Amino acid sequence: MNALDIHDLTVSYRDKVALQDVDLAIPAGKLAAIIGPNGAGKSTLLKAALGLVPTVAGSVLIYGQPYAKQRHLVGYVPQRSSVDWDFPTTVLDVVLMGTYGRLGWIRRPGRAERDRALACLDQVGMADYADRQIGQLSGGQQQRVFLARALAQDASVYFLDEPMAGVDAVTEQTILSVLQDLARQGRTIICVHHDLDSAPQYFDWVVLLNVRVIASGPLATTFTADNLRKTYGGSMRAAIAHFQHFEEELEQAKR
Amino acid sequence: MSAFAVIVLTGVLLSASCALIGCFLVLRRMAMMADAISHAILPGLVAGYFLAQGPSALAGFAGAALAAVVTVTLVEALRNSGQVGDQSAIGIVFPAMFALGVFITSRYYEDVHLDTDAVLYGNIEFAPFDMLIVNGINLGPQSLWMLGALTLLNLGFVTLFYKELKLATFDPELAAVMGFSPALIHYALMLMLSVTTVGAFTAVGAILVVAFLIVPAATAYLLTDDLKRMIGLAVLAGVLSVVIGFLFALALDASVAGAMATAAGVLFTLAVLLSPSKGLLSRRRQLQQQRQQVILENLVVHLLNHEHIAAESHEAEVTHLRSELRWSPALAQRTIRQAERAGLVEQHGDRLTLTEAGRALARQAQTRAER
Repeated sequence: MNALDIHDLTVSYRDKVALQDVDLAIPAGKLAAIIGPNGAGKSTLLKAALGLVPTVAGSVLIYGQPYAKQRHLVGYVPQRSSVDWDFPTTVLDVVLMGTYGRLGWIRRPGRAERDRALACLDQVGMADYADRQIGQLSGGQQQRVFLARALAQDASVYFLDEPMAGVDAVTEQTILSVLQDLARQGRTIICVHHDLDSAPQYFDWVVLLNVRVIASGPLATTFTADNLRKTYGGSMRAAIAHFQHFEEELEQAKR
Repeated sequence: MSAFAVIVLTGVLLSASCALIGCFLVLRRMAMMADAISHAILPGLVAGYFLAQGPSALAGFAGAALAAVVTVTLVEALRNSGQVGDQSAIGIVFPAMFALGVFITSRYYEDVHLDTDAVLYGNIEFAPFDMLIVNGINLGPQSLWMLGALTLLNLGFVTLFYKELKLATFDPELAAVMGFSPALIHYALMLMLSVTTVGAFTAVGAILVVAFLIVPAATAYLLTDDLKRMIGLAVLAGVLSVVIGFLFALALDASVAGAMATAAGVLFTLAVLLSPSKGLLSRRRQLQQQRQQVILENLVVHLLNHEHIAAESHEAEVTHLRSELRWSPALAQRTIRQAERAGLVEQHGDRLTLTEAGRALARQAQTRAER
């Protein structure tokens, strides 16, 4: 079963085409990275999959059904900078927001939701910060709070927009181990990722994107120097040399 | 009920109903929208009177509410078109609506008594004399009924949809993903804003109602880190403004609504200056403390770096330190006294020696600098 099926998706912002004829299938249980240069439409792809931006054409299926029917299966971690961290609220409150979707309109979070939110905070190592005002957190801590909120959503497929951008090493490892746990439980992780260095260590499925899908599939067969060159163009020679080296290592490991 | 009590109670209900909505406007950075709506209701009011063929409260209310909704829709449409910036959309729509109102009034209502002053500045002073009369029975002041109903309505709205309002304000994308349409919530809030503005402007006028929507909420925002507390504090700040403003207006024989709104502004100014966490004074104090800390650290680090040098070295002499660290005599004296008091250094004649605590701080500062 595919967690995400995208067929012929095109998105444009005014006169600029952000995504063109995107065809994509990500099987359930994968840890997938969406990789591409700036302006490749990585965030737009996530947003289009979640119905957050209007699409020109194409269809998106989550576990075989349109998004509107599958909301309850989806968890979302937006870019950290997309919210106002001076908002008057506490860490626990933000994590509680993860439970709102299941509660639906009007119903308030109760004891069960609070316990769940606290458990999720504990999972990301932020239990001691439950009562802190969110403005007092460091960038890495903010990102972990967002991850805890996603955990509270208890979703089957998670969309994360650059969760590891600009975070400290401890946070990066925490996020990675949480994501790996989720994948082991059979959940699907779809993650916009910026760091080519760490991508092959972290993910087992990659989507190389530059307005169009350049390549998509299992890490070993997709994350190749050739594909990266096609994705990044000539501007990334140094990085690609690095990956040729990585490929050689991979070959050696296979032998 | 005495006339004064009616005026104050009208003001209290006004601040409560406005603050409930205003907090979300402030957090959504939509203060200008309140301003826009307050002006844009004029043509609706006039159109309502025109259709009812005379000043009718109900027709005026309906027309004004409709004009408010039109304003919100136009602003949203203009903003979403991407042709003009966020604030410009508001800046374009509301003068146009207001101008339309002025135009219609001047063309068709030369002879009809439509008191522009009352529309713009309100006349809360007359609240005690404007009775709600149904079937010949006097039910008491109209303003209390109107604002009481508004307060209950807004309280119900914010209580019922607190979770949704909070989520859609903090993270509209997540709200959308979860199926709480941010657009729907936005329009609901704008509708409540419109109704509140229309209902409240009879008391304080279309312009001053903005003061009660925005200023107490902005004051509360500076004083707390908790949304529920912010709403409570906003109501409190509004009520305080009403009482203080009323007393001043009474003492100075001035416009009551004007005095109340001014009081709200004074309270806000106090919060800007004195807020314990976000106030200008506490920020300045914080900056000063940080500066002093840096100066102290410079001192102990300098002493630590020269500790191994032979005792006859003059590096540790106060006079040398002064030129080395470029301190004025006053600053040197102050810093050394402070360092002594904090137990970081000991002074023997003209020489300074580090204590254990001073050495520890110096190392701490050094490792921090190396990172």
